[in-house]
Order: sequence, then structure tokens, then C-alpha cells
Amino acid sequence: MRIQQRGERHPEQITPRNVFERRRQLLHLAIACSATSLVPASHAADKLSFDSRSAFSSLEPPTPYRHVTGYNNFVEFGNDKEDPAEFAQRLRIRPWTVTIEGLVHKPKILAIEDILRLAPLEERVYRLRCVEGWSMVVPWIGLPLSTLLKQVEPLGSARYVELISAVQPDTMPGVRRRTLDWPYTEALRLDEAMHPLTLIALGLYGEVLPKQNGAPLRLVVPWKYGFKSAKSIVRIRYTEQRPETTWNKLQPDEYGFYANVNPEVSHPRWSQARERRIGEFFKRPTQLFNGYAEQVGQLYAGMDLRKDY
Amino acid sequence: MEGHVGKLKGLLFLACLLPLAYYGVGVWQDTLGANPIEALTRGLGTWALNLLLLTLAVTPLRRLTGWAWLLKLRRMLGLFVFFYACLHLATYLWLDQFFDWPAIGRDIVKRPFITAGMLAFLLLLPLTATSNQAMIRRLGGRRWQELHRLIYPLAMVAVVHYTWLVKADASRPAAYGALLALLLGLRLWWHFAGVRVPRPTVAFPKPKRRVIPIAPRR
Repeated sequence: MRIQQRGERHPEQITPRNVFERRRQLLHLAIACSATSLVPASHAADKLSFDSRSAFSSLEPPTPYRHVTGYNNFVEFGNDKEDPAEFAQRLRIRPWTVTIEGLVHKPKILAIEDILRLAPLEERVYRLRCVEGWSMVVPWIGLPLSTLLKQVEPLGSARYVELISAVQPDTMPGVRRRTLDWPYTEALRLDEAMHPLTLIALGLYGEVLPKQNGAPLRLVVPWKYGFKSAKSIVRIRYTEQRPETTWNKLQPDEYGFYANVNPEVSHPRWSQARERRIGEFFKRPTQLFNGYAEQVGQLYAGMDLRKDY
Repeated sequence: MEGHVGKLKGLLFLACLLPLAYYGVGVWQDTLGANPIEALTRGLGTWALNLLLLTLAVTPLRRLTGWAWLLKLRRMLGLFVFFYACLHLATYLWLDQFFDWPAIGRDIVKRPFITAGMLAFLLLLPLTATSNQAMIRRLGGRRWQELHRLIYPLAMVAVVHYTWLVKADASRPAAYGALLALLLGLRLWWHFAGVRVPRPTVAFPKPKRRVIPIAPRR
């Protein structure tokens, strides 16, 4: 290496001023360009733009994309957390319709294309707490369930909204194995369904919903355990009687209808007082209603949350 | 023959360390997925159970093949069961509960699958402590043999521990249960059929009572 003598300076070694002034931008650009080559092919999905960021969004850092799309419970596609990322790619998502029926004046069938155009889409950064004891923060894109439900007029007798997920035996190994009683069925009380927090998610992380996350549309009820947030919805029904939900049918003493996140009400086989936020080492304390008590607490005023778990 | 078994024991020792290496590297390289602590706990527990079943397979295998040297491998397998069980327990105590002893106490009392797990671990302790020549001599072959029959309830409790912790899919614990039933069933069948352990060529007078196999001295 040639050591410069003192006083020796070559003009071409001096950084041009305009480059020096923009050195940070140029550095970020260089990193971004090299980083895009590291992004896996599956990330190059269709972009989904949204018009606004919701006031309901959490300020917490979102869980990394690879975990949000790589650690899923989607039993139709297998029992392991890595199964949906691998097997859900077979899910047929076009053509896709959602039928809204039951105790309504006029049932309606909506194509997914119509739903995408129904209202301006919002970004909602929500916490998601699984009953198993782990949680994530996901930047969903969607519209309130109430917007979708307002496409029909329910009868006065309607008390509950039932949501039914798709069953495709030819693409779903879990369905062929009959792991659960298919179709996956979930339900909400009418006021829960109409609550502004309740979201129909059509995308996440700035793109169209990946198949393993419940494409093309799924429910997100952030104050309840994750199993309430049904994926790949095909039918919505208004009912008078409380519908039977899949996990509640399987183990009624473990999975309730309400399934509100509650650190004081433990699952019979494990405590719900703490949770593992994916990506974190230490466990964190679980919050009542997953930290949405201010928004939804009044729905359950006067209820015994231990009985109505 | 001795030399071959020695080499085999060495290879088996290294093979038993492979799961540890896999999880060690996994933690270090962060390749255990989104929930590495859960994967680690589950993996270590699964290997304790795998090795437990392998330990239980030694005697049936020995009876079916007549290879007496298989018995020389059993102690090492058994000790590795304890090794992985300790790591599995340590992961729970440290990475799951962060040594919150009151919470751990509550878990043991209130969560049946953890009660079962603790019971299985407790049953492992006397077996591990007596897995050496000195203890075999002190207890005498018969008493040692009777003590080590604790592995039968231990294995059952371990499978129950696994069954009670799964959410919906009981297929894996059920597979372990079926395998355990086979390994224990074979023993029961041989016991009632009065089958003797195949002895080498030396002609001993046939013993009146059941022959108790004692680990040969090295």
C-alpha cells in the first residue's frame, strides 16, 4: 500500500461536494438496491394500496414479514406452523364470492373484486394474540366488517353474525384428514360484528393478503384470541341463535364463544397471564382485551368474563 | 466382538449428540422459525421421548435377534434420555418461566400436563442415579431390576404429558402411544409365554426362577 507523503493530494481523490452532501441518501439507496435481491420471491406479491392510516393502529413495531407469513395456524393446510406457508399456495382464490344471507331482507352475493372497491381501504396495525400464548403485531389493510355487512339489511330478529370459511378438499390436506369439523365456522355477536375495530382484512404489509394468511379476505377481531379471526371467508350469515363455532365444538371447556383475551381467565391447560411476542426473547404480560379495553370494554359491561369466556 | 461394540457405542454416543447440535446451531443461526424457544422446548422433549422408546426397544430387539451385546448400549441411551429431559426441563424453567418459582409451582399444580411432565422427570431421577456398576452391586441384580421397571410407568406418563399438551392434533402423541404399547406389549407377551432370554452356548442347568439379565462387566 502506497502511503501518501505529507502535502501530496490528488484532486480525483477528493469527494465531489454534491456527492458528499447526499452521502446518506446514496448509502440508503445502495443498501435498498442490494436488499431487494434478498427479498424472497413470494414477497413480490401484488401491491395493495390504502388510503389512510387508522387511528386504531398500534404504534408498536410490526412483527417481521417473514414471521407474519411464515408462522400461521391454518389447520386446513396442516397442523404445523410452517405448513400453511408451504401448502396454502394451492388455495384457489379466483373466482371468489362472499354470500351474505340468513336473517336478512335480501341476501347478496359479492365478488371479491366488488369487495375490494367497496370503500377506501385503511391500514390497521393490530395486535393479534393466539390462544396458544404467542402474539404478533400485523399491519393489516382492509375495511370494517360493518361496511361489508351494510350491504344487506338484517331482520330485527338477527342477533349473531356467523362467518364460514372456504372448504376446498382438493387443495386442503387438513380437510381431507378431517382434523377439525369443516367448514371452519366462527361467529360474533351483532354488536361485536358492527364494532369499528372489527376488520375485514384484504392485505397486509402493503400487499394483497398472502394465501397462508387467509386470502383473499379474512376477519380480524384484535381483542379476541386469534382463532376467532376466521380466514378465507365465503359466507356470512345472520342468525338468531348463537351459532356453533369450530373450536368451541371441539373442546367447549377450552375454547369459548367470546374468547376475549383475558390474563385472568386461564385456558384449562395453560395460563394466559403472559405471552411470547414473536421475535422477542422475554415474555410480556397479556393485557385484558389485548389492550383494546378502551374501545371494546363497554360491550361486556356487567358480564362475568370467567363464565362467558 | 468387544472392539466392535466399543466402536458402536462411540458412534451411538455421537449420534445421540446430533439433536443437541441441531438445536444448538439452530438457536445460534436463528433457523428455528418464528418461535425458536417453543421449537427448542418441543424438540428437546421429543428427543428425550425418542431415546426413551429406543431404550425400551433394546430388550425386545435383543430377544428377537439374539444379539446380547445390544444390552451394552442401553445404559448410554438411558442416560441420554435424562440428558435431554434435563435440557427440556431447563428450557421450560428458564426460557418459558424465567425462574418465576411461584408461577412454576402454580403450573405444576394447576396444569395437568406439567404435573405429568414433572412426575416423569422425578421418576427418571432414581433410574439415572442407579445407572452405574456400583449401584447395581449395592442393590443386587434383582432389586436393581425391579427398580428399573419404573421405566414402564415413566414412559406412559411421558406419553400422557405429550398428549395433554397438544391443541387439536393428537396424531403424534397417538403414534408414540402406539409404539410404546407395542414395546410394552411385547414384554407382556413374552412374560406370559414364559420365554427365556436366549443364552450363549454354555450349558447351564435351567434355572427354576426367571433369569435376570445383569449388565456384563467390562
